[in-house]
Amino acid sequence: MMRDRSPVSLLAIAGAAVQAVACFLPWSQFAGFPGEMLNSGYPGGARMYVLFLAVAGLAVLVLDPPRRAAAARAAGAWSLAVSLLTALLIGYAGGGLVNVGTGAWVAVGGAVALTVGAYLLDLGQDRPLTVWHLPDVPWRQPAEIVLTLGVAGLALWGFVVGLGIPDSTIANGDDHVILRAFSLNAITAGSEFLSFLLGIIGLFVIASRVGIVASVSAVTQRQRAALVVGASVVAIAFPFTQGGSPYGLRIAASIGVFAAAAVGLNIVVGLAGLLDLGYIAFFGVGAYFAAIYSGTSTSPIHTTLPFFLVIVLGALVAAVFGVVLGAPTLRLRGDYLAIVTLGFGEIFRISVNNFDGSSGPSLTNGPNGVSNIPDLKLPGGFSFGDNHSLFGVELPFQANYFFLEILLVAFVMFAFLRLAESRIGRAWVAIREDELAAAATGINTTRLKLLAFALGATLAGMAGTVDAHVVKVAAPDSFTFIESTLLLAAVILGGMGTVPGALLGASLVYLLPEKLRFLQDLRLMFFGLTLILIMRLRPEGIIASKRRQREFHETDATALDRAGALDPPPGAHA
Amino acid sequence: MSTPVTSVLEASNVTKRFGGLVAVNDVSLSVAEGEVMGLIGPNGAGKTTFFNCLTGMETPTSGSVTYKGQPLRGRPDLILKAGVARTFQNIRLFPNMTAIENVIVGRHARTKAGVLSAVGRGPRYRREERESDEMAKELLAFVGLRHVRNELAKSLPYGDQRRLEIARALATEPGLLLLDEPTAGMNPNETAEAVKLVRKIQAKGLSVVLIEHDMRFVFSLCDRVAVLVQGEKLLEGSPQEVQSDERVIAAYLGKPAEGESA
Repeated sequence: MMRDRSPVSLLAIAGAAVQAVACFLPWSQFAGFPGEMLNSGYPGGARMYVLFLAVAGLAVLVLDPPRRAAAARAAGAWSLAVSLLTALLIGYAGGGLVNVGTGAWVAVGGAVALTVGAYLLDLGQDRPLTVWHLPDVPWRQPAEIVLTLGVAGLALWGFVVGLGIPDSTIANGDDHVILRAFSLNAITAGSEFLSFLLGIIGLFVIASRVGIVASVSAVTQRQRAALVVGASVVAIAFPFTQGGSPYGLRIAASIGVFAAAAVGLNIVVGLAGLLDLGYIAFFGVGAYFAAIYSGTSTSPIHTTLPFFLVIVLGALVAAVFGVVLGAPTLRLRGDYLAIVTLGFGEIFRISVNNFDGSSGPSLTNGPNGVSNIPDLKLPGGFSFGDNHSLFGVELPFQANYFFLEILLVAFVMFAFLRLAESRIGRAWVAIREDELAAAATGINTTRLKLLAFALGATLAGMAGTVDAHVVKVAAPDSFTFIESTLLLAAVILGGMGTVPGALLGASLVYLLPEKLRFLQDLRLMFFGLTLILIMRLRPEGIIASKRRQREFHETDATALDRAGALDPPPGAHA
Repeated sequence: MSTPVTSVLEASNVTKRFGGLVAVNDVSLSVAEGEVMGLIGPNGAGKTTFFNCLTGMETPTSGSVTYKGQPLRGRPDLILKAGVARTFQNIRLFPNMTAIENVIVGRHARTKAGVLSAVGRGPRYRREERESDEMAKELLAFVGLRHVRNELAKSLPYGDQRRLEIARALATEPGLLLLDEPTAGMNPNETAEAVKLVRKIQAKGLSVVLIEHDMRFVFSLCDRVAVLVQGEKLLEGSPQEVQSDERVIAAYLGKPAEGESA
């Protein structure tokens, strides 16, 4: 427990405690600020995230974990950022700092005390990072399972809360675009989401400094079955948290498609190390295939194929495209391959734009795309276009497509994980590491690279067939270069070669622009800035590859090392 | 040698030109079953290029190579499958894979699992994986690296990396092992260990050809030694013969200048 009773330490503790209490006081003297800050007794709006940060800081200081001072500094800095930003915005929205509630000022004061105290603490006194263990007792296994399920639940909570924050926009008259985006009105409107984002990042930083992130990920690695169950339960539970509203479901379904494609791209980029900048074209092949054979009147081919056949055939057609593109080009490496694939992506987009019957064969209905794709119907008479009520909860029809997505993502993840940990997956990684050595070790590098390309294309095509039915249209505009880039960003951001990484990356890349709407025309600029920031802070991706950690059991100390646990000081090996 | 020996590797008149440069000129070499042959020569003599011609990294301009009567031609992975494995002068491991993963990759050519069995994971797949894993552990124990099997290859000390590369090559079940400077950068203790390791490999019934600059290592270990100078084979013989040959001494130390007595 707490050994450090120095004045500096006590100052920090007092600051954190004051800040936590301040979150239960009113932060504004008027109603209507996003998140409602007028009331006392319940920490609504940004106060909730400040409270979390303050309590985390308090816990770090009192419980004395490894790297105490480093974690306390993070708690101070992030809580100060959120509370000060919120206080200033409240002042702006209320027409003067006079209208900022006392709670906000008390919180800012507490944050300053916490920050000053934490930065005066001696980093040299910090104990080195270690992995936390549950004692080796009979209930260790169940406890780890509960912890793993808890992590899945936490993820659902974060997703639902983040999605539930209203993304209000404010009309700003005739101001210039840039003025509008940078205007305090816009930022005020988005302040609740902003504080949510900053709060989550701050908590993550604190948790990784004291070793919780590394320890928990070690546990979830051991309890993979529980992780799978937890993730499935969370995914299935999600539609029931939306209170019958289709908004979140639509976004979640799109994220699902995006994630499935990202996992496929992860085979090509993450495992085999081949940079593919035209990957969206394979997705497009699947989407167009499904659209053309959906039975819509806008398709020049009036044949309707059953959906399960469309999935399989669409994936196969995409695979053929993958082989056709890969066979002549895979002798190229690095930049050269990237440019050829980029060209292929453009060829695809321009082709479907022109295959309208006048400037090319009548196949894709040109720039208008194949639209009005009818709702899916299962043989039993179940239509995906109907609303349903389950367990007394109203589920809009979008939930049907969401569940279809879950199946798709689950299949893609399953295939990826099993491939990654197989003879084939090891050969891909070997090629990425050293192609010449791989060939000298008996790997047919050309064939294996082609296989990676084809399988990546297959999964993308499969995701495309589902996507066409979700968005009900396949049009050239959906398969532009920027889409390929975003998929690549999702893979790199989340962490190359890992499935949770691709999922998280896909969610971020899709969700951030959606939720940054308050920035209006500049939201994409801020999105780009966020990507740069994440790469600067965590270049290996948010959920880094733990390939080495999984396959063979090893001591936890080295496991921590491999997990990329933030800069463990020398001598961390216990 | 009076006993009749069967030859494993037959290289006849191998020539490799890079533009105007003749890196390997008309070299013939025969390696007998179970023998350790040394390949020495000054820097730039074409030893590594010759190895590259044997293993498919380079295509010889002319000449032919046969392994156990089968002509060796084409891609490195096919030659490896035929039974010729190699290590590299500048170690080429898979740096971000663990030691045991490096060795298991060596099993690639001797295992079959494809995409469907990897996703399906039937009993045959699991047996194959288990066997690869066991064999990799045995090989790591054989080269003395069992205790570091879960370390990343790049984090191993230099000498261990050399031994790991040998374990990876052995995992491919070769009949002939080509070692390119196996003791480069090693201290005397590690070199002594390497001598023991090559003897153990020989005892398994493998033939070994090694490129080396450490003469004590070569002459204490090899049954026969061939000398390459400027792409040509100068001579071939027992360590004693090579050691006492004036041409070899001249090639390494240079000829005495005019008027100077040797």
